[in-house]
Amino acid sequence: MSEASTTAEGGSLKDLGTLRAKKPRSLWSDAFRQFRHHKLAMAGAIVLVTFILMVIFGPMLYSGPIRGIDFSIGYESPSLQYPMGTTHEGHDIFARIMWGGRISIAVGIAAMLVGITIGTTIGATAGYFGGFVDSALMRFTDLFISLPVLPLLLLIIYLFRDTMRDNFGILMGNFILIVVVIGALAWMPVARLVRASFLSIKEKEYIEAAHCIGAKTSSIMLRHIMPNVMSPIIVAATLAVAQAIITESTLSFLGLGFPPDVPTWGRMLNDAADFVAIHPVMVIFPGAAIFLTVLSINYVGDGLRDALDPHRTV
Amino acid sequence: MTRYIVRRLLIAIPTLIAISLVIFTILALAPGDPLSDLALNPAVPPEVQQRLRASMGLDDPVPVRYVRWASSLAQGDFGYSFQTRSPVSDLLVQRLPTTIMVVGSAYIVAVLIAIPIGVISSVKQYSVFDNVATTLAFVGFSLPTFFTGLLFILLFSVKFGDWGLPTLPSVYRSTVDGEGLEALWNRVRMMIMPIAVLGMFQAAVLTRYTRAAMLETIHQDYVRTARAKGLSSRVVVFRHALRNALIPVVTIIALGIPTIFTGAVVTEQIFRVPGIGALLITSIQNNDTPVVMAITFIFSILVVFFNLIADIMYGVLDPRIKYE
Repeated sequence: MSEASTTAEGGSLKDLGTLRAKKPRSLWSDAFRQFRHHKLAMAGAIVLVTFILMVIFGPMLYSGPIRGIDFSIGYESPSLQYPMGTTHEGHDIFARIMWGGRISIAVGIAAMLVGITIGTTIGATAGYFGGFVDSALMRFTDLFISLPVLPLLLLIIYLFRDTMRDNFGILMGNFILIVVVIGALAWMPVARLVRASFLSIKEKEYIEAAHCIGAKTSSIMLRHIMPNVMSPIIVAATLAVAQAIITESTLSFLGLGFPPDVPTWGRMLNDAADFVAIHPVMVIFPGAAIFLTVLSINYVGDGLRDALDPHRTV
Repeated sequence: MTRYIVRRLLIAIPTLIAISLVIFTILALAPGDPLSDLALNPAVPPEVQQRLRASMGLDDPVPVRYVRWASSLAQGDFGYSFQTRSPVSDLLVQRLPTTIMVVGSAYIVAVLIAIPIGVISSVKQYSVFDNVATTLAFVGFSLPTFFTGLLFILLFSVKFGDWGLPTLPSVYRSTVDGEGLEALWNRVRMMIMPIAVLGMFQAAVLTRYTRAAMLETIHQDYVRTARAKGLSSRVVVFRHALRNALIPVVTIIALGIPTIFTGAVVTEQIFRVPGIGALLITSIQNNDTPVVMAITFIFSILVVFFNLIADIMYGVLDPRIKYE
């Protein structure tokens, strides 16, 4: 904002022509510009992208034993051959972290999508229609907020794990179950946020104008109101990924997430817990992977919050 | 105010009923059966199994079972544990003190760390102290407790020993060696790590809230007026700004109590603390339905109760809030 206006004020009239020729700045390009100023958020984004590329392409470039048992290569310290050492069973920790990262990050993103979809739908419906629909949905949201999340997660996963495994296979069954349950217990803040935004935006004059030209309800909700609610949703979504990764790791750490032969980061720490004293690398590397991922996502979320807030222009 | 409290209490009751319904439905929908172990036992003939099922009311329709369960729950009867055959309430009474002790001390530590740091951070915004504190808080709440717990064990129980320093025990035991002061000291040593792990995480969350709340009040007009009057900066910060900033912080503290209880599930698992969280995990693994339901329900009561407390405290602390 400041850049454009100072040139317009300071320059002569003929500069105006060149100004107009410039590409118009959109909300998103402004946000990106703002985001780049947030050093830690940029660092977070770089770390995060590196991690994502690593878990996608890493296993194709680097392979080591991740399943089966070979005690002859157990308890190796980090070396050229095994960059992060090996576990007590002779699994390559580096290779496991990349494989496990695929699942941990995928769970985070998928659970976020589930949560954001439920939250946005409920929040938008409640906020837009108001009245009875609103109070019913908000009561429902309040009920979910009062549920004890971790005990319920443990309970549901424990009870339904076998059925899901029989129906969808050991990996997919667990994945679907964990993603759906984490998402279904995490949508409430998003619903409240979206509802509040819908409540205030639907009273704006441009929405009234949209009603007057005969816009359909669905198009008012999706095309006129939604874009203005996107910024808080994006921030919430980013932070939800971090939260979901922590939740999945917690479940796996408690032994109720993925089965032992699926090396998610939490599961690796579960295995490592008994070897803290003898072989610390088993704890340090998977733990650091969770920590760095979550920290970077949180910093990216923080940066996005600042960048997408139109009141804060530097 | 009294009318508001009564009304809020009345809303809490249907919430609890709804929660109990949710928990019960999940269990009713779940495949598997508390007597499935029995079915695999060839020594028990099918007729006996049938009679056992009937006597336990397992063949009744779900609504009947719910009403029976809920009505005895309302009378404080949690049923009997499948595993130990003792009343669930006995198990809870046995385990709760340890958990409350650990969780309570952790929370007090967290509040004692978070509020001063949050206040100093906001008063000296953008100073070195503020930057360090904000970064540490950010790191603290991105560090999952199970990782910090394991790191603590690695550092204080293992490495300290290697370096010839006094170590902390990595496993919590219900019996302690020694007598008198020595026993007390041993008990304290066992509790330091679980409390530190839980407390650090909560402190990180609370510091962020305190700082944000303080920053909001410190820039308000009445605070500037107080400064303009020539009041000392200590009076301005503590008497004018902090008291108002604490309103949202206190509610967050109340709302955080149920979370720290569930956080204890992880901590108790790492340090083998024989509390209610560890009981939950073992009961889930042993298919001990009555215990699992009781603990899950107790956690829900905690959430509802502290939501209520937070609401009421908000009203008491902030006279601007009117209840109709």
